[in-house]
Amino acid sequence: MKFKDYYQALGLERGASEADIKKAYRKLAHQYHPDVSKDPQGEEKFKALAEAYATLKDPEKRAAYDNLGQRSSGEQFTPPPDWQQRYKTDAAGFDDVDLADIFAAFSQAGGRQRQDMPRPGQDYEIAAWVTLEQIFRGGEIEVGAELPEYDQNGLPHRVAHVFKITIPNGAADGQRLRLAGQGGHGVNGGRAGDLYVVLAVQPHPLYRVSGRDLYLDLPLAPWEAVLGGNIEIPTLAGPVALNIKPGTLAGQKLRLAKRGLGNRDGSTGALYAVVRIDVPNQVSPREQVLYEQLAANSTFQPRAHFATGAGA
Amino acid sequence: MNEQQSETNWLDSDNLYPLEYLAEISGLSIEEIDDLVSIGLIAPSAATAERPVFQLCHVLTVKKARRLRDDFQLNHHGVALALTLIRRIDELQAELTALRAGLGR
Repeated sequence: MKFKDYYQALGLERGASEADIKKAYRKLAHQYHPDVSKDPQGEEKFKALAEAYATLKDPEKRAAYDNLGQRSSGEQFTPPPDWQQRYKTDAAGFDDVDLADIFAAFSQAGGRQRQDMPRPGQDYEIAAWVTLEQIFRGGEIEVGAELPEYDQNGLPHRVAHVFKITIPNGAADGQRLRLAGQGGHGVNGGRAGDLYVVLAVQPHPLYRVSGRDLYLDLPLAPWEAVLGGNIEIPTLAGPVALNIKPGTLAGQKLRLAKRGLGNRDGSTGALYAVVRIDVPNQVSPREQVLYEQLAANSTFQPRAHFATGAGA
Repeated sequence: MNEQQSETNWLDSDNLYPLEYLAEISGLSIEEIDDLVSIGLIAPSAATAERPVFQLCHVLTVKKARRLRDDFQLNHHGVALALTLIRRIDELQAELTALRAGLGR
């Protein structure tokens, strides 16, 4: 069984007072709570500190935890004899057991008050990373999670599960799927907890997402912007031809209807190609001559409005 | 490995559920959820119905309320204020994302 250093998680010494524990938890919760923090690791950090606090704030659980002795995080240790007795197993029986699950079930197993009170099982939340292409195409994905399952002696073992999930039309980043009753088991007839799967869309190298619309940077050469022409651009459904009008400006958004993401109501967002005008880093001697001829012959004055003080 | 299929619900589905259901899956009391309704943080879908019914997406709000209440030991005023501010930040964040998407990198 793996040891977890709950004092270290809260940044405390082992002899910390109850008030210190509460203070440390509050301070760190404000910093990392997933509902208020922008820290991408906030959720994980908060989970660790909530787990530590749940054990250390309860005098009975804290005493049992302190009894395990001082070890380093991640160290394998042999569960004390009274645990082995309670769960009717030897040290090896604890191999796939998470310390947090033991302490979460501690008050019932320890025979403390209100043993027969029905208690609902715990809810779990896991992230499912998907690509923008998967969101676009829909279809089935598999999500893995390790969830505790109780054996006949009430010992919670972590068991790997795979859930098959169908991505619905109109799926979006942050959308949640509820798998009813797939969370922790209820105790004394309490209902089982739920498993929530949160869709997390990986950032795409080409497209930016805004609602159901997609934005794509479209670099043009100066002569393409001036002369116009037909070019090919990528979309999630494959390349399409796009007509560039002569005199296209940087920053212009070219809208391609129905090339974005699908909506639940069957409608489809648009793809916007945002024009950027790129110039070559280096030019050949021939190009140099042509640009110089162009400079000498052009009457274009991009900064004419500076002289008059009017807007562009 | 343990493969399974189960009853799944995307939380933006159009199905409607009674208040008791929100209470059951969030762990908040009926009174606490009523409080969120009266403040306007969640709204029933059909005003005509005798019993108010809610879209499943409100589960997220009530679950968030439960987390804030438990993790920060907030009372119902504190929960309502935090939810209001979080919602405003979400709206601003969405607007910022839309602006950034349109501006290019």
